[in-house]
Amino acid sequence: MGVGTVELSVAPARARRSTGMLIGLGVFLLLAATQAYSISISTPDRDMGHLQKIMYVHVPAAWNMMIAYFIVAIASLRYLWKGREKDDLLAAAAAETGALMTGLTLALGMIWGKPTWGIWWTWDARLTSTAVLFFIYVGYLILRAFVDDPDRRAQWSAAVGLLGALNVPIVYMSVRWWRTLHQVQSSPSTLDPNYTLSLRINAIAVMIVVLFFIRHRYQTMQLEAAADAMHERIALGDRGGINA
Amino acid sequence: MTWRDEWRRVQAIVWKDLTTERRSKAGINAVVFMGVLILLLFGFALGPDTEALRAAAAGALWLAILFSGVLAFNRSYQLELDGGALESLLLYPGSRWAIYVGKLIANLVFVLIVEAIVIPVALVLYQVALPPGWPALIGVTVLGTVGFVTLGTFYAAMSSRSRAREVLLPLLLFPMLIPVLLSAVEASTSLLGGDPMLEAGAWVRLLGAFDIIFLVASLLAFEYVIEV
Repeated sequence: MGVGTVELSVAPARARRSTGMLIGLGVFLLLAATQAYSISISTPDRDMGHLQKIMYVHVPAAWNMMIAYFIVAIASLRYLWKGREKDDLLAAAAAETGALMTGLTLALGMIWGKPTWGIWWTWDARLTSTAVLFFIYVGYLILRAFVDDPDRRAQWSAAVGLLGALNVPIVYMSVRWWRTLHQVQSSPSTLDPNYTLSLRINAIAVMIVVLFFIRHRYQTMQLEAAADAMHERIALGDRGGINA
Repeated sequence: MTWRDEWRRVQAIVWKDLTTERRSKAGINAVVFMGVLILLLFGFALGPDTEALRAAAAGALWLAILFSGVLAFNRSYQLELDGGALESLLLYPGSRWAIYVGKLIANLVFVLIVEAIVIPVALVLYQVALPPGWPALIGVTVLGTVGFVTLGTFYAAMSSRSRAREVLLPLLLFPMLIPVLLSAVEASTSLLGGDPMLEAGAWVRLLGAFDIIFLVASLLAFEYVIEV
């Protein structure tokens, strides 16, 4: 009875899967290439030696997590305004990717901090506010995991996503007043030119990875939502459910 | 709907919530006891050294308030849900924000009563002498509590209706409250020491800004959260 419908939507999903895999392969080859390029052209840093190369992932991850959180905020706002499921799924996909990038930033920062500062962790402003940001968005993802009804989940997580975004500058300000060891950001004028170029191309490569992750999770979530709707239809004897 | 009507709704909800609490006293007893217990636990964890306790007093007190107060927020919706009363509340005419403001004020009164008991106990347990500028300390406490209750009441509207509500509320709420915790603790510590660096003012402004921003944001977003 409902089997025909299921069969129908599997074919485009398969096609999308192979496109996704091709894009993914390309994205990761690009990242591998920019990493290989930067590692080979940049000379060892005077103080940090080859450790400096962690920068090519740590800094791009930190920049791109902000892009991901910006997408969460915009998509959440749009969801509350227009009420379309797409925007909710986009916000969720961006929050997952953003939390991943924040985790990566923190982990790499710790690995970098141990040999250069001599400590894994310090209660410095930027470190602490990044950790808080991580917990705010992990909270967002946990909320999503604990709520089953799709409409409710969408409304609630949009509100939580917006309030979280609103808190980012306040958290940053408060922690900065509280503590300040992380070096001030380097700017192109303080950075050796070949570092600047390497950093920029890696930032772009990581951004493409982030956009790929968001796109991929977004599509997966759309498929999951479609599958749920289909199960509901079948369970109701193909007469269409409350959402049909 | 005029503002007067909305205000009467707010008053009705405040009265209803506080009366329920006054008649059972189950919530307030448990929360006060929890707060004092946490103060005691911090005393054991930090050791009996008076100087160390005094230095950590503001931080321990605020954590005791956060950890015990958070138990109250889910309860304020749970009582409605148990009786199926939230639906009726939503069916009554009037704005959704009136429900939020009513619950916010009731929770604020609740937490302030808890603080009125827990703070003197903390002063005694940690042997803190009140400085001459103690009214400013009350101001900081009230501002910090408003920020805490604003977000607590808002997030509890969600967590109380989800699975695993007891876990979800602190997970959502505490990371958001870090600016409140930081500024309340820093301002209190500095005021307890007589505010020699005159730094309490900046923290108080941050607290005020936090309260206003999240009060407005919660008022605007509450409608979306409560109607599903």
